[in-house]
Amino acid sequence: MTVTPTIPADSGLAEITSTAGSLRGFLHGLPGVDQVGAEERAARLATRSIKKSAKAEAIDLAVSMVDLTTLEGADTPGKVRALCAKGMHPDPGDASVPMVAAICVYSDLVAEAVRALAGSGVGVASVATSFPSGRAPLEAKLADTRRAVEDGAGEIDMVIDRGAFLAGDYAKVFEEIVAVKAACGQAHLKVILETGELVTYDNVRRASWLAMMAGADFIKTSTGKVSPAATLPVTLVMLEAVRDFRARTGRQVGVKPAGGIRTTKDAIKYLVLVNETAGPDWLTPAWFRIGASSLLNDLLMQRRKLTTGVYAGPDYFTLD
Amino acid sequence: MTERLSVRKTYKLFIGGAFPRSESGRSYAVNDAKGTFLANAARASRKDVRDAVVAARKAQPGWAARTPYNRGQILYRIAEMLEGRRDQFTDELRGSGLTKTAARTEVDAAIDRWVWYAGWADKIAQVTGTANPVAGPYFNFSTPEPTGVIGILAPDGPLLGLVSVLAPAILTGNTTIVIASEPAPLPAITLAEVLATSDLPGGVVNILTGHRTELAPWIASHMDINGLDLTGADEDLATDCEQAAAENLKRVLSPTTNDRATDPGIARMTAFLETKTVWHPVGI
Repeated sequence: MTVTPTIPADSGLAEITSTAGSLRGFLHGLPGVDQVGAEERAARLATRSIKKSAKAEAIDLAVSMVDLTTLEGADTPGKVRALCAKGMHPDPGDASVPMVAAICVYSDLVAEAVRALAGSGVGVASVATSFPSGRAPLEAKLADTRRAVEDGAGEIDMVIDRGAFLAGDYAKVFEEIVAVKAACGQAHLKVILETGELVTYDNVRRASWLAMMAGADFIKTSTGKVSPAATLPVTLVMLEAVRDFRARTGRQVGVKPAGGIRTTKDAIKYLVLVNETAGPDWLTPAWFRIGASSLLNDLLMQRRKLTTGVYAGPDYFTLD
Repeated sequence: MTERLSVRKTYKLFIGGAFPRSESGRSYAVNDAKGTFLANAARASRKDVRDAVVAARKAQPGWAARTPYNRGQILYRIAEMLEGRRDQFTDELRGSGLTKTAARTEVDAAIDRWVWYAGWADKIAQVTGTANPVAGPYFNFSTPEPTGVIGILAPDGPLLGLVSVLAPAILTGNTTIVIASEPAPLPAITLAEVLATSDLPGGVVNILTGHRTELAPWIASHMDINGLDLTGADEDLATDCEQAAAENLKRVLSPTTNDRATDPGIARMTAFLETKTVWHPVGI
């Protein structure tokens, strides 16, 4: 399959997003998601068997895609520094383990993470816009974002206003994303849809398009604070959305499932899904990320099982 | 009247309180001493070992945190249920070649052994723990703590042998992965059915059936297993396993030839105990 990147960069999107009515009309005009079909397809792809050298490659790829995350009220500067050290050297005993893609922290701890990661190549991502609920005035959300960017965050994870989205006020959600994108400046913007609160796959598809049209660089499934978090079918729908969006506009948008991905097996299922849905173009840390904390240790344990031939134990890896 | 068709069973594994088939889908035929087919038993693979270790590790802190008195009660309840299955165990042991009297004696001995160990649950700390005299203003005492997750190669004495290695390991708060006797796994599975319906939390005992030589090395080398009981291993296998177990400093109980009919003493209980010593300041 060949993708033609020669399509005009806009394809009429400006017109669609010019009024609340046309935006609403466009989003509701998107084809509905076949729920049974999406779930079957995701379940089918999850049965792919990835072994030996392919598995070794998948594990390293997954490690390099991890956004190592700590988003607790109890986060301390010390914990963030420890997490940064782990992100730079996931397995201190084995230099061949790649670095993670980024460290994801709350906005007030960005400066700490930037200091700890200086010059390492690991990015700093910050959640912003009154994560995880998104219930704050726009000025507060923008101030939150600007502060994180000033402190050196290279990536901003914003949450959309699910209340406005579910009430059908798409224009409000759209304008908010546009405003946050403007506040981000050079920083990449990841838009968290919180699919666990969007209820239907149709809504997930609409929210994905809405975020991409508003300028998102990444669309992300969840905050990790709501259950269900990332699931395979939801990610499938989002991957279809970024694929279709690129086909229409020529602009590539990344995807980041987050929350609930704890085992190597889960992570590899997502990689298969990416390859089969959006295509190998997305199979790099630049376009696909996995938001996780406990996943990394499981990846390292599986990696060591492959290199040493014996099952590894969690006692031999650092605690997060 | 036509002769009734026999109901042929294919037994499964016991992992985390559930009865899954082997991940590999394999099974092997179990015959009695005369070579007549008895049943199919699941033939576990290394991945079943891996799953069993995960289940045992998950169950370990909760099991160790229970009061010794409570563990004793649970073990005693299991003995009561074994008593209710006396006839079934006797039949299964006869299938492995014992006479009716010998089978009954073995079953009774196994139940008695289980009761005996159940009584030890809240007493072992008094016997192995100490208050230590020290030259300083400290109250210094040592208490036993469970080693953690223990891999057990059960001996071929199908019921008494299994009980004699399993009960002492779990009563102190360890959780276990047991490789059942290879030629006679059925009493082990029946024991698993007893354990599954008792108050024993899932994952404390995980029973795998299959080929010892295939499974034992994976247990011996597994970095998340803390102790290894090689009672059921022959000399070559024991040597290999001891070498593999040295890699992560497992506690290893080498095969012994003691007669299981005699009083077992506390050696098997203390084999998988650690000692924690606390210095408590006094008079300050």
